Amino acid sequence: MTVVTALIVLGVLALAFGLVLGFAAVRFRVESDPIVDQIDALLPQTQCGQCGYPGCRPYAEAIANGDEINKCPPGGQATINALADLMGVEAKPLDSAHGEEDVKKVAVIREDECIGCTKCIQACPVDAILGAAKQMHTVIAHECTGCDLCVEPCPVDCIDMVPVPVRPDNWQWDLQQIPVKNVESSH
Amino acid sequence: MSAATKAIEAGHIWTFPGGIHPPERKDRSNTTPIEVLPLAKQFIVPIKQHSGPVGDLLVAVGDNVKAGQPLTQVGINNALPVHVPTSGTVSAIGPGRIAHPSGLTDTVITIDADGNDEFYSFTPLADYTTLSRAELLDRIRQAGVAGLGGAGFPTAQKLALQRPLDYLIINGVECEPYISADDRLMREHAQTIIDGTEILLHIAGCEKALIAIEANKPEAIAAFEALLPNYPQLALRVVPTKYPSGGEKQLIQLLTGRQVPSRGLPIDVGLVMQNVGTAFAVAQAVLNGKPLIERVVTVTGDNIAKPGNYWVRIGTTVAELLNQCGFNPVADSKQEQRVIMGGPMMGFTLPDLDVPVVKITNCILVPSNQELAPAAEEMNCIRCGACADVCPAQLLPQQMQWLAKAKDYDGLEQQNLFDCIECGACAYVCPSEIPLVHYYRKAKAEIRNIAREKAKAEVARERFEARQERLEREKQERLERHRKAAEARKKAQAEAVAQGGDNPQDAVQAAIARAKARKAAQAAAAAKQNQEGDDE
Repeated sequence: MTVVTALIVLGVLALAFGLVLGFAAVRFRVESDPIVDQIDALLPQTQCGQCGYPGCRPYAEAIANGDEINKCPPGGQATINALADLMGVEAKPLDSAHGEEDVKKVAVIREDECIGCTKCIQACPVDAILGAAKQMHTVIAHECTGCDLCVEPCPVDCIDMVPVPVRPDNWQWDLQQIPVKNVESSH
Repeated sequence: MSAATKAIEAGHIWTFPGGIHPPERKDRSNTTPIEVLPLAKQFIVPIKQHSGPVGDLLVAVGDNVKAGQPLTQVGINNALPVHVPTSGTVSAIGPGRIAHPSGLTDTVITIDADGNDEFYSFTPLADYTTLSRAELLDRIRQAGVAGLGGAGFPTAQKLALQRPLDYLIINGVECEPYISADDRLMREHAQTIIDGTEILLHIAGCEKALIAIEANKPEAIAAFEALLPNYPQLALRVVPTKYPSGGEKQLIQLLTGRQVPSRGLPIDVGLVMQNVGTAFAVAQAVLNGKPLIERVVTVTGDNIAKPGNYWVRIGTTVAELLNQCGFNPVADSKQEQRVIMGGPMMGFTLPDLDVPVVKITNCILVPSNQELAPAAEEMNCIRCGACADVCPAQLLPQQMQWLAKAKDYDGLEQQNLFDCIECGACAYVCPSEIPLVHYYRKAKAEIRNIAREKAKAEVARERFEARQERLEREKQERLERHRKAAEARKKAQAEAVAQGGDNPQDAVQAAIARAKARKAAQAAAAAKQNQEGDDE
């Protein structure tokens, strides 16, 4: 008899807790940040397509579906390491088939050579080129991601990719520059 | 009144953790009055001498200008203007070396002096209390006044922060070795500094100001003690000599016992701080309408024949200044003469001597290699912990050094790297000669860069998504247009038929019928031919 009582009591308890847990799982469900958004946040958003996908978000989706994490040259090793951390996989060196890590660049149109064909405007993934048909085009430098996509379509080759200039406000301290040490004088 | 406020009123001096006592060596420059040097032939005025945006240019090459005339204007981005140091002609506007540790160039305006030193007309103000707060702030901004203590933050912007204030603190501590510019200014111009302090109090809407002076400046203290009985709203506080007592957060802790929160501002604890030089410049700007075109600069060091304090026009090149003070570079051909802008603790070595003196230049130090040894080779950290003992911000310099070397930026932020005031006390005591502050500065720049890149990536993503959306929308619109056009065509046809006109569909049907008939005829003809062929 006691065995049966115990079983019934335990069964009822199990049922009750099960219901509570089931209810909680539905009621207090946490909408987790989808993995694609997290990956996308780590990518450099140059939208250059060097990974073989038409933009950073498509590549993020591909990584979420199991693609390699080392196909992003603009992000470089830092991005690969961050992705490896996020995905819980081993960090690898950059796949050179997709390009080499390079200094940050910005597109500059040689304006007197521009014929106003609008081909670069259509190629720019972030709408950073301003102009109209048969009018001179120019790059909005601070919106340019340096993706390189406008260079190829230009029929007169008037677009240069130039490294972003170093100014006092984005300059990096050089370690061997300033003596800070103050040593007791000998006199 | 709370117990803490009572203690502040009673003049209690708290203490702050850490700190060092480096040899002061202020007596080389602080014994003689501030001298005025002959004007230079050429001045180089960088358009950015403060933190924040730069103003739009008001002059062009070839313009004749007078001392005090604005070169840039406030404009829509609320920039801080710079002014002509002496009358002459604008001979060039373009990139030039600026006083920055990077040795990079920025836009500078070159002025060839005519030697007459004619002044632009200024409008003095008899009674500043007749002007509104906004008008006074504008007057200070138009005069180009930036914090002269070091960071060069625009003074009007600091005063514009609307928050109830308990105290205004006037910082005359000047704790860094060698420098005595504020010391001499306080001795000789205490009255003007007090006038400036009253104006600052009026603008800030604050009841009381505390004037802080370090105990190693008895003459300056005496100068203020003689005047202050007439000013009940001002109180003098003498703080013990220790480096870096003059740091904003450290001085606040000394005078009020309050701690400025991490990444916060003094205004968060009901305080605002201004340097004595700034108070002087504010008095000049408001009372005389005179813009900031000169400041006191300490020129000192073993290799200077005539060390002292000088009124230097902003834009004077360091080379010119040193020549007039008797510059004897190191004779040893193997070693280069270092010229440091700022003090020995926080200053930086100049890349060359053609850079100009700017608003935040308080000292030019020309040391011999005996008094200030060149940076020695860095050795391994022996984990002595001396750096943590002297850190005034209670950070762990040793820990941060490891993290900076490992480029662990998250770890550095956890260690509150951005609370580091870069005072250099840790590097001063380090027995292994590790240039700790350099590691922190580099890491800070790197972290700021990463943040900037991230913000840029965010913008790029938004623009990319907006473009994708636009392309999709345009495609939909095009399809919609085609659909509507087709519908309209059908409708027009139906209407035409209803009105008894030709139905184009009939024409099509007729054409199809014709084609069928022709095909049938051809087929019949072919069949007939075949039949005839068979018959033959």
